[in-house]
Amino acid sequence: MKPVGVLRFLGTNCDADVIAALDAVGIANKYIWWANRFEPSSYSAFVLPGGFSYGDYLRAGALAAHAPAMDDLRKAAEIGMPVLGICNGFQILCEAKLLDGALTKNISRQFQDEWVDLEQKSTQGFWNSKVRTHFRLPIAHSMGRWIAPADIVKRLEDNDQIWLKYAKNPNGSLHDIAGISNKAKNVAALMPHPERAMDDWMGSPDGKFLFDCLKAGGL
Amino acid sequence: MKFSVEIMPRPEALDPQGRAVQGSLQRLGFTVEDCRVGKVVIVDVKEENKTKALEQVHQMAEKILANPLIETFEVKAL
Repeated sequence: MKPVGVLRFLGTNCDADVIAALDAVGIANKYIWWANRFEPSSYSAFVLPGGFSYGDYLRAGALAAHAPAMDDLRKAAEIGMPVLGICNGFQILCEAKLLDGALTKNISRQFQDEWVDLEQKSTQGFWNSKVRTHFRLPIAHSMGRWIAPADIVKRLEDNDQIWLKYAKNPNGSLHDIAGISNKAKNVAALMPHPERAMDDWMGSPDGKFLFDCLKAGGL
Repeated sequence: MKFSVEIMPRPEALDPQGRAVQGSLQRLGFTVEDCRVGKVVIVDVKEENKTKALEQVHQMAEKILANPLIETFEVKAL
């Protein structure tokens, strides 16, 4: 079984949690260092974990989006390989233009660390759970307010690219959007942290359903 | 050749930082109708031809320095 590549940038800090989550569902995994190029076909899928890459300098995710490893991640995304972005990973994918829109400062102006209820709006994507539509996951971000011009939002709606919505909007995100996918549905990202909700003792086991998609996808 | 790239949140975009600074200015007794916070990037380009240098700085701004979805930018020769 080929491993899932977990990208590490300077300032990524949820990498070990993502590795633990992949271990927990029995999926082989391997770190990919930001400065190294890699061969997409040596991996089965990719995860961009959360954190504060490059200290959020310029804009959250802006500098990581142009790291050398991202050239190969772009190739992987273009040939349809599964890519998941979590929190800062979402911000990086937007800055890399692999996903639409931008993540901006929460309307509260605060870093928000709380549990949220989510509703899955589509079942089509690679990362969309086929067995669950509601999830309880934690958020931990200050730049989680997703925004995009009206024409882009319409295009996302028309193509069924809206993946997850907050039941109660925590950060002012447009249309309560918590996660989106690309048109081909292989690249998806969300602001909440599924890797922090893998068992009851962690507060919720719902994150597991998301990592289980890798198994459902044949890995 | 030195240039400055002034990056501002789009006029229609909410600027929480500007709003927070405005609040503090008002508490200090200043009458402030609006306050926006942006950033300035100063780059020294190794290029003697001003037109070519300007072109490069514009590319920098479009590629990475500003995000056109949420920001506008203005390039000035220094």
